[in-house]
Formats: sequence, C-alpha cells, structure tokens
Amino acid sequence: MNKISLVAKREFLTRVQKKTFLLTTIGVPLLIFAFYALIIFFSVKSTDNFTIAVLDKANIFNGSIDSKKGSDVIFKFVKDDTSVLKNKLEQKEYDAYLYVPENYSITGKSTDSLLFRSAKTVGIMTREKIENRISKTLEEKRLMSMNISKSQLDSIQNQKESITFSSSSGKTENQTKVGLSYGVGFVSGFMIYIILFIYGTMVMRGVVEEKVSRIAEVIISSVKPFQLMMGKIVGIGAVGLLQFIIWGILIFAIQLLVPVLFPQLFEQMQSQPVQPGMMAAAETAKQSGALSGIMNGLSEINFTLIIGCFIFYFLGGYFMYASLFAAVGSAANEDMQDAQSLLLPIMMPIIFGIVIMMQAVNNPNGSLAVFGSLFPLTSPIVMMARVAHGIPDGVTVFQLVLSMVFLILGFFGTTWLAAKIYRTGILMYGKKVTWKELWKWAVKKN
Amino acid sequence: MSKILELQALRKYYATQKAVDDISFSIEKGSIFGLLGPNGAGKTTLLRMITGIFYPDMGEIVFDGQKFDPLNDIQQIGYMPEERGLYKKMKIGEQALYLAQLKGLSKAEAMQKIKFWFKKLEMETWWNKKVEDLSKGMSQKLQFVTTVLHEPKLIILDEPFSGLDPLNANLIKDEIFGLAQRGSTIIFSTHRMEQVEEICDHIVLVNLGKKVLDGSVSGIKQSFKENKFSIKLQGEQMNANNPAFTILEEKQGGYVLKINEGFQSNDILAHFLQQGVTIEAFNEILPSLNEIFIRLVEGSNAKTRSFQQVD
Repeated sequence: MNKISLVAKREFLTRVQKKTFLLTTIGVPLLIFAFYALIIFFSVKSTDNFTIAVLDKANIFNGSIDSKKGSDVIFKFVKDDTSVLKNKLEQKEYDAYLYVPENYSITGKSTDSLLFRSAKTVGIMTREKIENRISKTLEEKRLMSMNISKSQLDSIQNQKESITFSSSSGKTENQTKVGLSYGVGFVSGFMIYIILFIYGTMVMRGVVEEKVSRIAEVIISSVKPFQLMMGKIVGIGAVGLLQFIIWGILIFAIQLLVPVLFPQLFEQMQSQPVQPGMMAAAETAKQSGALSGIMNGLSEINFTLIIGCFIFYFLGGYFMYASLFAAVGSAANEDMQDAQSLLLPIMMPIIFGIVIMMQAVNNPNGSLAVFGSLFPLTSPIVMMARVAHGIPDGVTVFQLVLSMVFLILGFFGTTWLAAKIYRTGILMYGKKVTWKELWKWAVKKN
Repeated sequence: MSKILELQALRKYYATQKAVDDISFSIEKGSIFGLLGPNGAGKTTLLRMITGIFYPDMGEIVFDGQKFDPLNDIQQIGYMPEERGLYKKMKIGEQALYLAQLKGLSKAEAMQKIKFWFKKLEMETWWNKKVEDLSKGMSQKLQFVTTVLHEPKLIILDEPFSGLDPLNANLIKDEIFGLAQRGSTIIFSTHRMEQVEEICDHIVLVNLGKKVLDGSVSGIKQSFKENKFSIKLQGEQMNANNPAFTILEEKQGGYVLKINEGFQSNDILAHFLQQGVTIEAFNEILPSLNEIFIRLVEGSNAKTRSFQQVD
C-alpha cells in the first residue's frame, strides 16, 4: 500500500510540476475567457453614443422613439432636409439619419419604406438595437391605431398559455426544470466521456513510456506490477481531480467577474449566451423568456445529488477504464500505432455510452437508458443523464444503487483482468501483440 | 560459509519452451557468482524468478536460510536488469531518491546514502540534471548506484559493463569487489568470459534451460585442462622426442607439448635438462573459459532459443 502511494506521488508530482500542466489547467480557461471577454468588449464598446437624426415627414413617431435610459443609441428629431442631413453626416454631427417618407403609413399599406443612412457601416449589435427599438415603437403605434391601449397590451402579453405537465408520481414539472435537467445531464455525461478519454490515454502513454524507456523491469524488481499500475492510475486520477477543481474555481470566479466587468452585458443576455457554463441555461431561457425561470428551475434540481453522483461516476469510470488503458499500453511497443488498433475495443463501449446518453437525456426511463445506466462499461456516462432528472423521475434509488454496485464490481473485474495482461506485457519486447494474445495472458494462471 | 541463495529443482515452462528446466545450485554469502550462458539459455528467466518477478512453476528458492518471500525479500535484493532504463525527464537526484524509497528506505536514509555514493563516484554535480542529458556511460553509473544504494544482501547485475569505457568499467569493478568484501553477494550475468575469469569465484553455465557446468573458475579450468604445456628454450635444441610427451606445435624458441598418459610435467623438464638446454619458461596452458563455453555450447548443438518458432 505504501508503495502504491509512493508511485502515485511520483506520477502526480511529475505531471503537476510540468509547465504544460499549468498551461492547460490555468491557461486554457483563461484564454477562453479572454477570448470571450474580447468579443464582448468589442461588441459592447463599439457603440459609444450613436446619434441618429430622425426626419419624420409622416410624423408617425410623434416626436419620440421608445427610449431606454442609459442606452447608447440616441434618437434626435430634426426638421432639416435630407441634403442638409447628408452634409451634417459628413461633418460627423450625426452618425446616421433615419428618413420617414411622407406617405409612409404604419399599417404597412404604403409602398415607401423607412430609409436609414449612416456615415460608416453599422456594427451588428448597434444595428440590432436600432432595429429593436424602432420596430417596438412601431408595433405599439400599430396596436394603438387598432384601439388597443398600452395597458391592455401589457396584460395580454403577461397572460401566457400555461399547461401543467406532471408525472405519475404527482409532482408538477416545470418546463424550465426539464430543459435544465436536459442540459445538466448532457453536459455532465459529456464531461465524463471526455475525462475517460483524456485521462485514460494519459495512463496509457505513461505505461508505454515506462516500457519504452526500459525502466519497467527496474521498478518491477522493487514493487509488484499491480502496485506500479495502481500507483500510476491513482496518481493520474489525482491530477485529473485537481485539474477539475481548479477549473471549477476558475469558472466560478469568472462568473462572478463577468457582471462586474461588463454591466452592459445584461442588456444582451437574452440573445447572447456568454458564459460557457450557462450555455444550457440560456438555451432554456430562450424558451421561457425569463431569467427568473432559470433560477427557479435551478433551485429545483438536486445539485448535491448530481455533484455527488458526478464525482462517484467520474472516479468509478476512470478507475475502471484506466486499468484497461494501462493493459493496452503494456502490450504496445515503441510504435504507438500498435496501441491504436488495440485501443478500438476499449473505445467502443465509451462511444456507445455517449450514444445511449443522448437518448437517455430525452427519455431517462427508456429501456435502452436503463440498460446503459446499469451496464458498468457505459453507466458512468449514461447514468449522469438520468440522475440529472432527479429521483424518482429520472432514476429510482434501487437502480442507482444497483448501478453503483455494478460499477464497483466492474472496476474490480477490469482491474483484475488488466493487471494480468499488464504484468506479462510490461516485460514483453519486440513482439506485435494481438487481442487474442492479450486474452491468453489474461486467462493463464500466474 | 552459509548460503545466501539456494535453488532447488527450479522449473519455468512457457507455452512453447522450457525456459528453465530443473536447475539447482547454491551461492555462498559474500561470493561473486557468475551466471553464464548463450542468448536465450534461460538466464533472464532464472534471474526474474530470483527477483520475484516470475513465480517458478516448480521447485523452490531458499533465500538466506528461509523460503523466498518475494514481497519482503526483494527489499534485500538489488537487480540491474539487462533491459534497463531510467525516467528520461526526471532529475537524477530525485530519481535516485524515488528508486531508493521504493526499496523501502526512508527519505532521510536514502538522502544520506545517495550523497555518499554520488561523492564516491564523483557524481555530485549531476543532481539537477536530467537523465536525457547524460551519456550512456554516465547513466550506466547512475543505474549501478541505484541498484546498490540500499545495501542489499544480494546484488544481481545483468551485463553491468556494457557501454562503459575501461576507466569507468574498472571503477565499477572495484566497487563490486568492495561490496563483496563488505558481505554482499553478487550474481553476475554475462557472456563476456574474460570478465568472468577476472571477477567471479564461482560460476554456473546454463544452456537450453539446463545447468551444464557448476564450480569454481579454477576448478572448472582444471577439469577441462588437456595437459598442454608451453616451454621456452634457449639455444639450439636437438632431440625433442620422448615417450613422455607429444609435440603439438613448434614455435620460435620453444614448443607446445601435450603430456602423454602416465607421465608428469617433471618428465618433460627432465628430458630437456638432460639435453642440456636452458629452460627459460615452462607453464601449463589452461583452457580459457571462452573455449570451455564454446566447446560446451556448440557440443550441445544449441540453437538460440530466440529464433525458435513460436506460434
């Protein structure tokens, strides 16, 4: 046991002390953040006070366009002629002008349209804002022309069709919550899928390196092959966990920072999902049209359960697959190509897992989802999709416990099998190994 | 003297071959033991069983008077395999520390011993270098240090001198003698016979998984001697015919002779003394281990195992 921890410590420290670790762990999220920040910065900042002269010949706006306080788009009503306005545009008195032709009618029967002319090309954000505000004002005017008052309009808009969806368990389902469950399930299942690949191949590469540099036999004369393999798996698992904790903290910090740095952002929040973690939430926000709905839905999702399950399936899945990756690494030679062909049978269940998971997020109680979440080779990915829907809507306690037990058994099974392949493979040189041969190593005694 | 290691009828069969087939021998404490054999004779398999990497199919290993317990006894063994290497990206000091800790030393103990050995072999300045920056000879030296650092009772060196220049080879050779004097037993596996003759007290030759020779270097040479002598004479010699010997070769100022059955070396000397020639030198020609090795291995019609068909 002491030796496993010694090996694990070395594996952990050599990886964490590398510059590439710092780069990928802290650099990559910061880079993504900086990239987003730049986009946001330019899209928000590009419009410092855009002044538009409005020449309202038809007097449809009645001297006012829906004006938001603090907005950087300013409408100014003028009586000048278009030629004068053109001149003023060139002198940069205005950034643009809006010309409403004399026979323009809000009921839309006129042939003339509104004419917008600017000195420079208008950025897409600004254009959207201008369009929004003009069309909103026009909409109101049109309704008013049909004798619908503003208060009537408001009350209509607030009266939403509401259908109550409820499951047989009698609990009412909130639409936002279902959407959020979908998002959370999908993201966490996908994350486990990525983890299995990244850290699994990291284990494999470590084993190949040990074999190729011929240190394996030196080490194996001091520790059991099983201890060496487990030490490596534990060490790399710790690296992965640390990386995830750092990422978690960074994402949390960035989410706190974004509103402080870009207060204007909330103006665009509804159409522009920004924070990566909020992607799924923003998706559903579009449907429900309200931020408060998200908050409501979030509070209904059992995050303790999800985070707990995530950590369990992350570790369980990683440990189960890592030993298989180690076994493949031990069979490889100098040529990594050999390993690639041996890798395929291991990658198949992971890929099946992600396929089943995509079904399971939509239909957490389908027979395929149930099977996938119990079968240990796919359960780490599939179960996350079901757990996100909560207990007992997504998964029953019995199934969850059963799945966990199967996963633990699966871990023992693969590790036992892999350890036997590993101890033979790690000392075998210069031979191209097939799966048939690996199987022979696994079943032979000793 | 008591035995550090006893192998009793050890067998290890692979699917297609008998890698080690009924080998028994014992090694005395503090001796330098040579394990010889052609490629594929089963040396590495034998060593891997002694180091606890493989389990024998049959037979028993007795280590220091007790049944070999791989889990604990490997702490007492230092093994430098033929296929050896180090972590290329790891600093040398850290690497030595890690390997020593794996052998059960505490950190402080390991540090102290590393410092001692690094100083002894003039490696102190290497501490922060990486293995990939070392030459082959240098990393060989480091490998040797990591093998003997924990002062094991049994040190197994598989081809320890390959890649070393004569200067460093001598340095390591002296260390091997020193370790043996301080009570460690050394198993030395090689096919470089001149080194074996120089270093080993006791050798075992294996071929095709079987032991073909076991004994002390001088004893083996004696038992394989062909009663050949070389004699160097001064001046003209006349009659060199005597029933006591046969002339095998006539050289400038001397002969190579073979004593005939029933006679002794003194009979040769007596013959030449009678002739009145001055004898400058007279010595027995013993076969070199190399010759014995080749004779035994070729005689057995050995086919290198590594080329045997494996399905």
